[in-house]
Amino acid sequence: MKYNWNWGVLVEDPYLFWLLSGLEYTLLLSLSAWVIAFSLGSAIGVSRTLPLAWPRKLATAYVELFRNVPLLVQMFLWFFVVPELLPADLGRWVKRDMPFPEFWTAVVCLGFYTASRVGEQVRAGIQSIPRGQYIAALATGLGWMQAYRLVLLPLAFRLIVPPMTSEFLNIFKNSSLALTIGVLELTAQSRQIENYTFQGFEAFTAATVLYLVITMIVMLSMRWMESRTRVVGMIGTRR
Amino acid sequence: MFGGFDYDVILRSLPILWQGMQLSLLLTGLAMSGGIVWGTLLALMRLSAFAPLSVAAGAYVNCFRSVPLILVIFWFYFLVPLALGRPVGPFYSALIAFALFEAAYYCEIIRAGIQSIPRGQVLAAEASGLTYWQAMRLVVLPQAFRNMVPILLTQGIILFQDTSLVYVVALKDFMTAASVVANRDGRLVEMYLFAALVYFLICFAGSYGVRRLQTRVAA
Repeated sequence: MKYNWNWGVLVEDPYLFWLLSGLEYTLLLSLSAWVIAFSLGSAIGVSRTLPLAWPRKLATAYVELFRNVPLLVQMFLWFFVVPELLPADLGRWVKRDMPFPEFWTAVVCLGFYTASRVGEQVRAGIQSIPRGQYIAALATGLGWMQAYRLVLLPLAFRLIVPPMTSEFLNIFKNSSLALTIGVLELTAQSRQIENYTFQGFEAFTAATVLYLVITMIVMLSMRWMESRTRVVGMIGTRR
Repeated sequence: MFGGFDYDVILRSLPILWQGMQLSLLLTGLAMSGGIVWGTLLALMRLSAFAPLSVAAGAYVNCFRSVPLILVIFWFYFLVPLALGRPVGPFYSALIAFALFEAAYYCEIIRAGIQSIPRGQVLAAEASGLTYWQAMRLVVLPQAFRNMVPILLTQGIILFQDTSLVYVVALKDFMTAASVVANRDGRLVEMYLFAALVYFLICFAGSYGVRRLQTRVAA
């Protein structure tokens, strides 16, 4: 195996900047998408447990649709197909005038995709709460909205911190798919460094290490949050 | 808005799409088999009482689970020809990348499956004179795998969706074939909607089947 090592390439002029800007895009993209995923996902999760048929069916259809189509296909649909199907004026705006079209398309795509997975976690969290809690809430005179807001959701969100951590980690990893529509995030930048310098080892190692660091930071902070929000005496919080 | 929808382009490209689908399925099947075999070994290593083995397997699993699949595909697309000293084409490097990557996920599933077998089974096997490998092969793994079949298949469906990522190394699977036709004929809307529909039908049918199986296994 012949290979010319040159770790110095990582701190050379444009390449260090490429890596850092890639890291910045990965973080910005993932965190923006998480805002959509968390809010929409919570709404979907709640809808799937409601006693009303229509929201429940709609939310189930949403989850099935977004979970059974590969993320790459969804990325292409949002980027190439959706602007064509929009009303003419809006489509023209998306294609011509929208700022950073690749970036915002990737944010929307990743957000909507992850929302279906977050929704499943929220639903599981709500369903893991003993039914008596909900009945007791209704018996004390709360409406179902109040019961969700004051009793079920505060408990559910605290119970699902561990599975939500892995969804949160997934969004960082999945953000790499944005490179297929031209967002120069971390993976794309490391590939570009490889193409320009033939130093694949160094470039991919740098990206790998940065992803590992992101994972570690997320894990540590979520573990801290989990210890702060633990519900004492509930199922699923043994340990 | 569907006025200009060209169904004909889909019909015309069916042969090339079918070739792509065969490659997708082949890649899924091979990577799944490789991933399950290597994942089982990793799971046994992780559960080993010998610390260096369990630490090494743990590090492997955590590393692979922390990085995006696309980066792993790039890694092996770059590494495999370098290690062998000759070009091998994207199929083999992608296959190795998928098998090694999926093994990390299968390892965690299989480890949980093995741990769900009551400890008494292992003790009884040892008491009846079986060696470690015999106990695993004849007593623990058959029971563990029986319980795990639905989860392993679900992971297989996820793997099938993930094979679309070979697009990044221009390997002609179903997705790449659809994309080639889409760009050649300028029919992005038709081809990508059709690709989404095909993936949806396969994965939806697959997960429905797994759910049926799950209720049968549980009963």
